[in-house]
Amino acid sequence: MKLTLKIWRQANASAEGAVHTYELDGVSQDMSFLEMLDLLNEQLLTTGEEPVAFDSDCREGICGTCSLMINGQAHGPEVTTTCQLHMRSFSDGDTITIEPWRADSFPVVKDLIVDRSAFDRIIQSGGFISANTGSAPEANSVPAPRDKAQRAFNVATCIGCGACVAACPNGSASLFLGAKITHLGELPQGQPERYGRVTSMVAQHDHEGFGGCTNIGECAAACPKEIPLDVISQLNKDLRTAMFKGF
Amino acid sequence: MAGSTLHDGLTPLNAAPEQTSDDAAGYYTLGEKLVDAKAPTGPIKDRWTTRKFENRLVNPANRRKLDIIIVGTGLAGGAAAATLGEAGYNVKSFCYQDSPRRAHSIAAQGGINAAKNYKEDGDSTFRLFYDTVKGGDYRARESNVYRLAEVSANIIDQCVAQGVPFAREYGGLLDNRSFGGVQVSRTFYARGQTGQQLLLGAYQAMERQVAAGTVEQFTRHEMLEVVVADGRARGIIARDMVTGAIETHLADVVVLATGGYGNVFYLSTNAMGSNVTAAWRAHRKGAYMANPCYTQIHPTCIPVTGSHQSKLTLMSESLRNDGRIWVPKNAADCEKDPRDIPEEDRDYFLERIYPAFGNLVPRDIASRAAKYMCDEGRGVGPKVKEIGPDGEERLVSRGVYLDLGAAIERLGRDKIEEKYDNLLDMYARITGEDPYETPMRIYPAVHYVMGGLWVDYELQTSIPGLFCTGEANFSDHGANRLGASALMQGLADGYFVLPNTIRDYLADGPFEKIAEDHPAVLEARAEVEARIQQFMSVNGTRSVESFHRELGHIMWEYCGMERSKEGLIKAIGLIRDLKKEFWSNVKVLGSAESLNQDLEKAGRVADFIELGELMCIDALNRRESCGGHFRAESQTEDGEALRHDDEFAYVAAWEWGGEDGSPVLHKEDLIYTAIEMKQRSYK
Repeated sequence: MKLTLKIWRQANASAEGAVHTYELDGVSQDMSFLEMLDLLNEQLLTTGEEPVAFDSDCREGICGTCSLMINGQAHGPEVTTTCQLHMRSFSDGDTITIEPWRADSFPVVKDLIVDRSAFDRIIQSGGFISANTGSAPEANSVPAPRDKAQRAFNVATCIGCGACVAACPNGSASLFLGAKITHLGELPQGQPERYGRVTSMVAQHDHEGFGGCTNIGECAAACPKEIPLDVISQLNKDLRTAMFKGF
Repeated sequence: MAGSTLHDGLTPLNAAPEQTSDDAAGYYTLGEKLVDAKAPTGPIKDRWTTRKFENRLVNPANRRKLDIIIVGTGLAGGAAAATLGEAGYNVKSFCYQDSPRRAHSIAAQGGINAAKNYKEDGDSTFRLFYDTVKGGDYRARESNVYRLAEVSANIIDQCVAQGVPFAREYGGLLDNRSFGGVQVSRTFYARGQTGQQLLLGAYQAMERQVAAGTVEQFTRHEMLEVVVADGRARGIIARDMVTGAIETHLADVVVLATGGYGNVFYLSTNAMGSNVTAAWRAHRKGAYMANPCYTQIHPTCIPVTGSHQSKLTLMSESLRNDGRIWVPKNAADCEKDPRDIPEEDRDYFLERIYPAFGNLVPRDIASRAAKYMCDEGRGVGPKVKEIGPDGEERLVSRGVYLDLGAAIERLGRDKIEEKYDNLLDMYARITGEDPYETPMRIYPAVHYVMGGLWVDYELQTSIPGLFCTGEANFSDHGANRLGASALMQGLADGYFVLPNTIRDYLADGPFEKIAEDHPAVLEARAEVEARIQQFMSVNGTRSVESFHRELGHIMWEYCGMERSKEGLIKAIGLIRDLKKEFWSNVKVLGSAESLNQDLEKAGRVADFIELGELMCIDALNRRESCGGHFRAESQTEDGEALRHDDEFAYVAAWEWGGEDGSPVLHKEDLIYTAIEMKQRSYK
């Protein structure tokens, strides 16, 4: 396959960025999208142009590191991570536009790499169950209903990639937040801190500059792990209860 | 007789090994025997309890005065940071990723073992210990393994309390399943994403400490050197990967939890960034590297499709519970659609050769069998280019079928979907084939390394004050790792073992502060800066990537699933040539004072090249087959691995021999008192 790639290049956080165009030949349908970029970088090296910086690590769809807007869509045209998107989703002769995540709260570090440390700070604000090592009771002493445990698992699969934010016209991280609130709130172990957690996590979310949720639903549509939109309802419900309880 | 080194009247069950072969003569020098001076004594079931009691305490007021550096944030590093932070120490945590949540532990699929005996099927601490030592082909220390089995039950308690959503029964209690090579049900799991859920538990616990101010987190930082002052590890030199700044971080103690080095093979199931640099830099500073040649090849990965490929993806071994593995009986059928090949023309080779365990034989055995089928010309799937031992290029199909057809017929598609859903989706995405319709293709791939920095019972390396945990150390798995044991070791080390052993070391602290202009710091910084300068100034013509690829080919061909004396000697020569070529012809663009992924990679590949040579020397010396190490010269008449306990029941701990010297081999004898060595058989 032969492709025309329009790629956002930006030397660092404070530099001006611009779209550069590259022609790339010899792309195989079996390549992942990132392997296609590896091929481009090999080509750039021979011409003496600095390779395009992009984030990736596990390349099997679980670490959440890869983060590309492909033709305006977070992770591209399929419901998956960029590393699991394969070139068979494209056609010979295509022009593909590649940009970094778009969101003020995810500033560009270089080229296609953004800073998602705001997510860590949201977790720091309460996205955990306080259980010191060694203080845990016997695991089976606290049964967890199977359906609740399954729902907790389904939303705990969030990989923190940030596609939800990048896809949202408001730059809201409500899906990310809702997933964690729901995961911990569904389990018996998560109850003692449930309402304090939601209050502080939402406060941190807003403090980081993420936008408010207006139920557009682009987040759930873009989520490679198919986290359902109703985690945001759960988030709102827990937040209301928390306010009512005076947290 | 080795018995004389044992205390408390315990009877050794084997004699100390005496090596008579010397295949690696000329490639190494023999050092003094190594003794784990911290090895516990007494009955095996009391050793850990006794040690925890004997180790000194650090009172809470003094903990605040002690600084701990932990490099790596996977299960071992993240859990250790959380636990030591909770205890009140000052922890500085480093990772190369943009967030600790991305450490490669996150990719583990299958599960985590624990001797809970919830199924009342005869499991116990001793049985988990026994299975692990046997599975590792009797090349692990019995005390370490027993401790691992002992704390395994606490791990599950801890993770459940943190909110890890393990699979549950309808009554709300925890569910578990069985895994390859084992006859009890002791594996706890969260669908096919157990590693992810366990890692997020540790990560969240660690972030909680970041908020509490006991852990300081440095992301996008890479450790490039360890500072050893007055004989103790006192800090690290790290590069801020965004600004390129070289930073000095000092502490009372340093912990490496930096994972495995399987990427030395280029293609592996490891994350792209997984590397050996932290461990290798420590090795060059005096930490011994133990059993580097023990590499676990995982039998069920998605096969390579072409030369563009950057990494391989694992399919959880749990699929072997329901999948039948076969190749066509006749090579002529290999190109056919598998659905058109009738039952009588299929060779279910594992079931045929190993009727007792069938498709559930341990990983090393399943892997080799698949390789032999393909070597015979009965592999399936796209042909890939290979350079054979004769140096000739050839095209070979590297794949065997993993067929869920019978299971789908028996259990129904829904049941299979529920069990393996995300795995099968992943397969379909990568290959473009529907595994519900046509048999999947699998092939072995490099997965996990059992070798790593040598540590004593307390997880301290041969450099005082430098500890090493998880996959980065060599302990616990011996020559082969059972499924669902890696997560267990990472968390055992991080939550329960290291926090109890590091105390004893820290009880002597705080150590006298060292200044940033201490000669040891300046020297380490200068080394880092000079090295970076060297990468930037070679200005050759070849990409870092191409060197990595070439190294990977050499390693896989000669130090992969099967090794021979002749091949290993050839590989050592090729690697030495590659090293010369690298330093004279590598090309790194951009600047050192900014984010530069090629520069990062150059450092890692340079270290992989040196490690690769040591792996081959270690493999050359070990003229026996054990676990993940199969020497062609050491097999039974019917092609099974043949150990030589009389010669090689030892840990090979290698000391850096200097830039132009040869590595020094220190042997630590493995003497068992609680378990008798037996030849493994799965027939």
